Amino acid sequence: MASIELRDVRKSYGAADVIKGIDLNVAHGEFCVFVGPSGCGKSTLLRMISGLEDITGGEVVIGGDVVNSIPAADRGLAMVFQSYALYPHMTVRQNLSFGLENINTPKSEIATKIDEVSKMLQIDMLLDRRPKDLSGGQRQRVAIGRAVVREPRVFLFDEPLSNLDAELRVDMRGEIAALHRRLGNTMIYVTHDQVEAMTMADKIAVLRLGELEQFGAPLELYNRPENIFVAGFIGSPKMNFVAGRVAEGDRTVLEVATGERMVLPSGGFAQRPGQAVTLGVRPVDLQPVQGGTLTMQVRSVEQLGGESYIYGHLTDATPITLHSPGQTQVNMEETIQIGPINDQLHLFDTETGRTLRMD
Amino acid sequence: MSRIFSFLTATRGKGRLHWTDWVSYGYLLFGVLLMFGPVVWLVLSSFKTPNELDRFPPRFLPYAQDVAEVEGFEEPLLLFTVTEGDLAGQIVAQTRRAAGRAEVVLPDDPENRIRMPAANLEAIEGIAFATENYTSLFERFNFLRFFWNSTFITVMATLIMLLVNSMAAFALSKYQFRGRTAVLLMVVGTLMIPQTVVLVPLFLITFELGMLNSLWGVIIPGAATPTGVFLLRQYMITIPDEILDAARMDKASEWKIFWRIIIPLSAPAIAVLAILAIMWRWNDFLWPLIVLTRSENFTLQLALNSFQGELQTDWPSLLAMTVLTLLPIAAVFMFLQKYIATGIASTGGK
Repeated sequence: MASIELRDVRKSYGAADVIKGIDLNVAHGEFCVFVGPSGCGKSTLLRMISGLEDITGGEVVIGGDVVNSIPAADRGLAMVFQSYALYPHMTVRQNLSFGLENINTPKSEIATKIDEVSKMLQIDMLLDRRPKDLSGGQRQRVAIGRAVVREPRVFLFDEPLSNLDAELRVDMRGEIAALHRRLGNTMIYVTHDQVEAMTMADKIAVLRLGELEQFGAPLELYNRPENIFVAGFIGSPKMNFVAGRVAEGDRTVLEVATGERMVLPSGGFAQRPGQAVTLGVRPVDLQPVQGGTLTMQVRSVEQLGGESYIYGHLTDATPITLHSPGQTQVNMEETIQIGPINDQLHLFDTETGRTLRMD
Repeated sequence: MSRIFSFLTATRGKGRLHWTDWVSYGYLLFGVLLMFGPVVWLVLSSFKTPNELDRFPPRFLPYAQDVAEVEGFEEPLLLFTVTEGDLAGQIVAQTRRAAGRAEVVLPDDPENRIRMPAANLEAIEGIAFATENYTSLFERFNFLRFFWNSTFITVMATLIMLLVNSMAAFALSKYQFRGRTAVLLMVVGTLMIPQTVVLVPLFLITFELGMLNSLWGVIIPGAATPTGVFLLRQYMITIPDEILDAARMDKASEWKIFWRIIIPLSAPAIAVLAILAIMWRWNDFLWPLIVLTRSENFTLQLALNSFQGELQTDWPSLLAMTVLTLLPIAAVFMFLQKYIATGIASTGGK
């Protein structure tokens, strides 16, 4: 069992708080992704779990044991670094065996393990090469192999795909997911790419400025974002936000900042009359409709054949993106009426940024 | 081989020489003469006899007068050509010479002694290498002893220096600790203090530690050099921290990280420092001169100095030993010089 639990984990460099108290539970065998914009502390948090960075406050619990004072090497973790961090002067085989030699594994056992792992990752023909003679993708596999061969309780990935080109990234994404299914270990994966997070994760932790914004399954985050930040960060293209105020007389009517009025779903949200709110609608849920309540001035249209993106803004310059299936008749510089086509709406308190969803 | 040849004979002009060819080859030739002239002169002089060394004007190649065994004389006799008189053109062997008169014999007729003015005789000379300059180093002086002392000091001092300096550089480049910058500044600061200034305190410490007249007294005080620490530190900074983190995750101890990761990855810088250290130690003169006073502890440099007396200088031995002293360092430089270039190039970054 290798569950990971963070209890009010904190990190400060002098007066600067980098991690401001994070509570998190990753169950055994889960693939958990830490995602957030750069500088949000996700890599620091990962290094604190690994033991490479010391912890200012709180507790890190791995498999039921508090590991705060246990050095990195003894936590039973393996890490794949962003720069791969392969030992440049060693062959691939030596790179893989270095960790095993350090724990005094018998030679024959090292050979079998390397054989097994290198076949699994398809690097068995590269064993006698040095890292500088490998391509980016191959180096990545070796870095993963170096982690796998030690049979750790938990894998930590620190933005492992950010140095690869787009196509290779998609391939490796699939391979890491497959690796997780095969090994069944707990894995923690750090990325700033929400697509990676959505496609790979069992659970996503969205971090911002050293704080945990939301933790949950990918679709839970997509469908029920707890605040404006998560709503805007998860999903591509970004969710549209429209500022407004709940009408004084009727709490089901939203007075949009442009002066237009639109009807809110009657149930589900705890909005008060007169409250300043932000309406969130994903680009797929907002479409050009006859008699739509909002007026949009189209700036540009991207026709991809199978789908179309329409970019523009409301009359008060609020940027709006529409994502329509198929091809669209809308042209540039046109003014159209748009409106939500279903009740997939999100309503946030403008002041706190929290969702007003009840339940 | 053909590449070397075409490199050495490269010209700008096609067919005939461009004026820049004349200038560049002239300049290069001047450089070669300037660099190699003294060395060639030294090597040739080391094969000259004392008489030849005293000769003025000096000659480029070592010459020696021809001699012949003549019946009835125990020693070989010097050979001359007669320039004037009855025997003009004949080769004669000189038996005696005094007050401008010489007594000679014809080699075929040793009984018949002939007297003539010494001015009528011209010495017959041929190129001859006085190898006894070298053999006498081993016979009259304990050359091998000096050579061993120098080698021992150079090898031990270099090894200790590399170890101490690389450990210091590792700590200063890869560990965060309070006062790290202060320590580094002090190390770099000592670069500004000339060695002659600390000579006396250094001598007193060495004396108190009882290391005078011991080879260790030469080795230990030079074990840590600020230049070495700084050079290695600058190189080690360029080794990514993530590699060390990876090794830590791989359960490598800090000691193991040092030996298995840091040292191999710093090899170019260490090679540069090794070459410098070998040259410093081998050529070091002042400090050994102070520490070592008994001749059995002398290094080659000190032995060389001892040939130069107040009243007379043993030039043949001095020159021969200078050549022998140059050889190892030249060999080291020849084999390792490519590391100096690559080392300095790669110290500058990727």
